[in-house]
Amino acid sequence: MIGFLINGLGWKSMPKQAAGFLASLMMLVSFGLSLAIFFEVKAGAADTIIPLFDFIHSGKLLIPFAFKIDALSSLFLLIITGVGFLIHVYSTSYMHDDEGVVKYFAYLNLFVFSMLLLVMGSNYLIMFIGWEGVGLCSYLLIGFWFKNRDYTNAAKKAFVMNRIGDLGFLVGMMLVLYNFSTLNYNELFAQINTNQTILSGGTYTWIAVCFFIGAMGKSAQLPLYTWLPDAMAGPTPVSALIHAATMVTAGIYMIARSSVIYNQSEFALHFIAIVGLLTAILAATIAIKQYDIKKVLAYSTVSQLGFMFLAIGCGAYTTAVFHVMTHAFFKALLFLGSGSVIHAMGGEQDIRSMGGLGKKMRITQITFLIGCVAIAGIPPFAGFFSKDEILAAAFAHNPVLYAAALGAALMTAFYMFRLYFLTFSGKFRGTHEQEHHLHESPAAMTFPLIVLAILATVSGFVGLPEVFGEHHALNEFLHTAVTNFGAHHMEHSTELMLMGISVGLVSIMIGVAYVRTKTPNFQPNTGLAKVLENKWYVDELYDGVIVSPLVKFSGFLDRIIERKGIDGGVNGVGKLVRWGADRMRLLQNGQVGAYLFTMVIGIVLIFIVGLFCVNF
Amino acid sequence: MILVLLILIPLLVGIVSFLAKDAAKNVALLGSLISLGVSAYVAAFCGTELVAPISLTWMPAIGTSFSLAADGMAAMLCLLTGIIFPVVLLLNRNKNIENPAAYYGLILLSQAGLMGVFLASDALLFYFFWELALIPVYFLCSKWGGERRIQVTFKFFVYTFVGSLMMLSALIYLSLQTNGVNAMSWDNIINAGKALPMMQQHLLFWLLFLAFAIKMPIFPFHTWQPDAYEQAPTQITIILSALMVKMGLYAVLRWLIPVLPEATAFYADTIMTLSIVGIVYASLIAMVQTNVKRLVAYSSIAHMGLMCAAAFSGTELSNHGLLVQMFNHGINITAMWVIVNMVENRYGTQDFKKMGGLASTAPGIAIALVIISFANIALPLTNGFIGEFMLFTGIFQSASQYHIIFMAVAGLGIILGAVYTLSMVQKVAYGENNSGVLAVAKMSGAELTAVIVLLAFIIGLGVFPQPLLDLVLLK
Repeated sequence: MIGFLINGLGWKSMPKQAAGFLASLMMLVSFGLSLAIFFEVKAGAADTIIPLFDFIHSGKLLIPFAFKIDALSSLFLLIITGVGFLIHVYSTSYMHDDEGVVKYFAYLNLFVFSMLLLVMGSNYLIMFIGWEGVGLCSYLLIGFWFKNRDYTNAAKKAFVMNRIGDLGFLVGMMLVLYNFSTLNYNELFAQINTNQTILSGGTYTWIAVCFFIGAMGKSAQLPLYTWLPDAMAGPTPVSALIHAATMVTAGIYMIARSSVIYNQSEFALHFIAIVGLLTAILAATIAIKQYDIKKVLAYSTVSQLGFMFLAIGCGAYTTAVFHVMTHAFFKALLFLGSGSVIHAMGGEQDIRSMGGLGKKMRITQITFLIGCVAIAGIPPFAGFFSKDEILAAAFAHNPVLYAAALGAALMTAFYMFRLYFLTFSGKFRGTHEQEHHLHESPAAMTFPLIVLAILATVSGFVGLPEVFGEHHALNEFLHTAVTNFGAHHMEHSTELMLMGISVGLVSIMIGVAYVRTKTPNFQPNTGLAKVLENKWYVDELYDGVIVSPLVKFSGFLDRIIERKGIDGGVNGVGKLVRWGADRMRLLQNGQVGAYLFTMVIGIVLIFIVGLFCVNF
Repeated sequence: MILVLLILIPLLVGIVSFLAKDAAKNVALLGSLISLGVSAYVAAFCGTELVAPISLTWMPAIGTSFSLAADGMAAMLCLLTGIIFPVVLLLNRNKNIENPAAYYGLILLSQAGLMGVFLASDALLFYFFWELALIPVYFLCSKWGGERRIQVTFKFFVYTFVGSLMMLSALIYLSLQTNGVNAMSWDNIINAGKALPMMQQHLLFWLLFLAFAIKMPIFPFHTWQPDAYEQAPTQITIILSALMVKMGLYAVLRWLIPVLPEATAFYADTIMTLSIVGIVYASLIAMVQTNVKRLVAYSSIAHMGLMCAAAFSGTELSNHGLLVQMFNHGINITAMWVIVNMVENRYGTQDFKKMGGLASTAPGIAIALVIISFANIALPLTNGFIGEFMLFTGIFQSASQYHIIFMAVAGLGIILGAVYTLSMVQKVAYGENNSGVLAVAKMSGAELTAVIVLLAFIIGLGVFPQPLLDLVLLK
């Protein structure tokens, strides 16, 4: 069954017309299979390992190519293939006119294949294969329109930044191998659970932090997040699938998978919580002042990922996974909605030239609104439950974390509704030509929007908090695969109060956003706003502190050290020999006496050296 | 007997090519295909009686005999040699080469030498083949190379020849320490080396290591290499970078580490430091190259640095990974040069500034370039990953007290490798066509065959590496 899943998705060359259809069909089939797997696991099927063949076998090292199906992977399978299928359908229409459409679907399928490898692998190496595979597809798809130099630069940046993280992942794997001689989850976790004393906490911390560095790259956390906003250079469905719904959540998956390791290191968890929180706040502040519809969503994604890591840092892995799921729905919805807008606007992405689009594109408007409400956290939409759970976990951990996270959540509500109002209400601010061109997108694009909108509305109910008298269905489902750290129970009254606070404040923020955008005024920003518009100048900082000096240093190595220093030295030796030879020539002067004299001196020297060596 | 054939076929076909005039190119290709068949046979039956060692009397007075043997490592390298030469000969078939008979004849002579180097189990025979492999290459570079070929080849020649002499003197010294019967045989040399007092081991170690370090090349003995790669005809560059540099590594594994184990252990940290500094150094320099051949040359130095570090890390895993990586690096760098060669022929330049747009002008070549580039930076499921993963893990597990630093610094090479390789892809394949050449030819049948064969190895061994892993460990 799984074999078919893989082979089907590895399908790479297709005739032009059929490409989109075939690719979507494959996705539908794998979605069906994922559903079947999911219900099998839900029905209580035990964790299964499906071995295919031995990948690397060298001495003691044995790494099988095998898959592991359990609650965690089956849930991710469902998200990936489900959202993946919708986005494939959407793409058949969105990419219709592009000449590279076959290539596009091939990359997209390759991406899903890699992503499935990532979540189904039964050891870290298979995860790493998928991990790099999705990075490759991301690279290829960001640079899809390869004639534009900025786009290919963005692609390169994404890959290189991910590579930095990958190095962390790799070192983490080596530490695991060094200490446990296995990379298989089952054996590794069993070892940790049984002989907890053999390793110091420090080692666990190192492993945990190294893996987290990997996650920082892939899931765009501080300080490696700057590639994600640039990655919006790719086609919009790609942004939805890869850079919002699935790939960037790989870091969450990895840590949830490794929860056994992370539970051994409180330090690593604190570290993750802080990085996640800082990222959530920083990205939210930037999103407030962006004018590109996709950039707003991109920073929002970075910020939401920060929330997920905050949840992980509080030990609430299942909460993070819950937010991954809801986020996948509403963020894919928002991106596809923005794609629909961009499609209608003929490629325009600047919200300053939009406005009043709601009248022309009703379905897009409504579904986008649902997405905004969901991400802002208004009950009963999905984002409310998952975000609230994160806030509650943060509160239980430390009220300061809670307050900061709440701040970020409020900013989320503000920038999302700023985006919504600027785009869909008010008067149209673009050119006449664009206004004339405005139209609702075709059914292949609105159908996924509607489905995702429904999911964004209802998916929160799988994680109903206990306050409402329900048991937490998702936690229950996941608990066989993931162990939360320091689970705690809050008073119901406290929890209700927290919910009340956040919902109240979020509503106020939406109001503020409405008022602020009613009479849009796009004066050049000054002061803090300008800093925010320029993303805190982080790109410039990296460029000035790391990239330029490195390039200068390399140039210095090339011109001075390499050519003048080392090569000059080598040539110098050559010259020296020639010079010496010129002098030596003078010795061969034909006078026997001089020869004899030299010979005697030579013999004496040999004796001295000989004596010295013997005594030595 | 079969092992003699491996050397004899290219030797004889080479001589025939000298006489064949215009047909030389086809004679040579045919001969190399036969060699491929024989080397595949050797690899398939390595470790069985079908591939028996051979020993004939040669010059008993100085204790040397004509002895050949093939273990897994030798069989693997012979197979690699067998694969690379037909690929080389498939290139540039439409190009007008001056005096083709001599050109193809010399190429095959160097193949005979290479096979001999990998098979010889007698020190003097080893030295003999070592020179037999190199000397045709000197001629090929100095006659058919680029503008600065004379100057560059002279440096290359002097540099490597000094190395060869150091090696020869060390080997002779070692053979004098044996009991005189079969003094040059590998077993006797090993026993002699192990029994030497420490002081002499140290001296011999440096004589041998310098000789091999120049060949690999290891920082800071590498400066002949970018020049030579740039100036040599690309077909010869392939032989140099895929096979000749492996001679250096092979020699380290066969004629240095087992012979002088104590000195090896003593200097392991020093050599690893040099190699790993070389990785970062070469990667940084690769970043700022504007000539595509120089970029690949520096990239190769970085890769060799990693392999050499692994050779001295002293762990089973890195040793195993190293053998695998020797094969895979040979395949990948050949593939890279094949693409470079095609681009150079079509755009008529090696300068990045005059390239670009290959993805629109010749999509097939661009796709191959992208896949090969990712193999070059060891993306999983390409062959480059398996070896590199084992090398890094091995270095990390080495007994050296600096093993974590070594691993971390070598790891920078992973990041820098992505930077320069992707920049190259961007400059060659993406953007607009800056070459001024409007009609860019598709791959010819011969070129396509070469690319497909190499890609099959890249992907095949990336997904199913185990056959190669098993082969290299055979006794």
